[in-house]
Amino acid sequence: MTNITVNGKQHQIDADPNMPLLWVIRDIIGLTGTKYGCGVAQCGACVVHLNGEAVRSCVTKLSRVQAQQVVTIEGLSANNDHPVQLAWNEEQVPQCGYCHSGQIMSAAVLLRENPNPNDADIDAGMAGNICRCGTYQRIRKAIHSAAEMQRKGGASK
Amino acid sequence: MKKQGTNKSNYGSTLRAMAVIGLLLTVIGIMAFGVNNSDTPKVGAESPLPVVKKDSIASVKAFKQVYTVLTSARCMNCHPSGNIPLQGDDSHLHTMSPQRGIDGKGIYAMKCANCHQAINTPGLHTPPGNPNWHLPPANMKMVFQGRTPHQLAKQLIDPKQNGNKDFKKLIAHADDGLVLSGWNPGEGRTLPPMSYAAFKKAWITWLSTGAYAPKGK
Repeated sequence: MTNITVNGKQHQIDADPNMPLLWVIRDIIGLTGTKYGCGVAQCGACVVHLNGEAVRSCVTKLSRVQAQQVVTIEGLSANNDHPVQLAWNEEQVPQCGYCHSGQIMSAAVLLRENPNPNDADIDAGMAGNICRCGTYQRIRKAIHSAAEMQRKGGASK
Repeated sequence: MKKQGTNKSNYGSTLRAMAVIGLLLTVIGIMAFGVNNSDTPKVGAESPLPVVKKDSIASVKAFKQVYTVLTSARCMNCHPSGNIPLQGDDSHLHTMSPQRGIDGKGIYAMKCANCHQAINTPGLHTPPGNPNWHLPPANMKMVFQGRTPHQLAKQLIDPKQNGNKDFKKLIAHADDGLVLSGWNPGEGRTLPPMSYAAFKKAWITWLSTGAYAPKGK
């Protein structure tokens, strides 16, 4: 039995410790906002926060998250009002949307560690999240917009 | 007189007893030392430092072996000349261009441990693992890529460039977990050109014979 906390709620998971966290989140806990993309840590669609870091849940084993804090896209904010979420909506970033929970989770870490990123910082911080639709320009624009919201104090986090 | 004779007799007995105990302790000590020596050295175990006996020919010969390992993909890929690690047997730039960062552990959402787990991920060319996966930090890059044998040998023993490592720490670094992981690279990756044991032997030989750098630039 593995104890994990996902979005503030404790879960006891009866599964193989080698099961990828992504499977646990989607199939056992039932939170399907986090997506399966490549399965080998190459695309970023499955990014969640593990103790605040943007880990790829497809290669993160359940055993690694024993007694740790996991946050998924569903738990990033109480009312979908994290500045990155607000900016994503404002800039209408997604096209198909499949990669965007991962994009948003990565962008949230970027902005926490660098509240005022320039284009190069954004490119460096988001290089691990691939968007098949090619929405990179809007992603960059939304991150600038979210940074501005944070600076103005209009953001919840 | 009688009393004195008794004292002499007691004194003699004590001496004999001490001699026997001393002999026993010596035998036990030799046995313990012998048993200890027969053990296979454990990774990371404290072992006595080798005595330095300068020999420039043996030293340079050993370093040439060390150099082939350090410049193999398994070692060099995390000792790049730039701030992006290398990947694959052809040492191409790491896909996604993760960056070194100040501590060598990446930046923002692109930290090494976000993909690299404590152990290798199963599958061909999936992220190899180690609990301490990182590049050398920004203030001590310890570049292997592009270094000549002469340059690399000089760099390795320069405390200003090697993280302030002295002879003892350099010897101990051969047992570092991340160094060892070069010989457990995960599926689809070639091993360094010699065994770990042969590498460690060459490394210690190089250092203990004076850490001479091969001639050249």
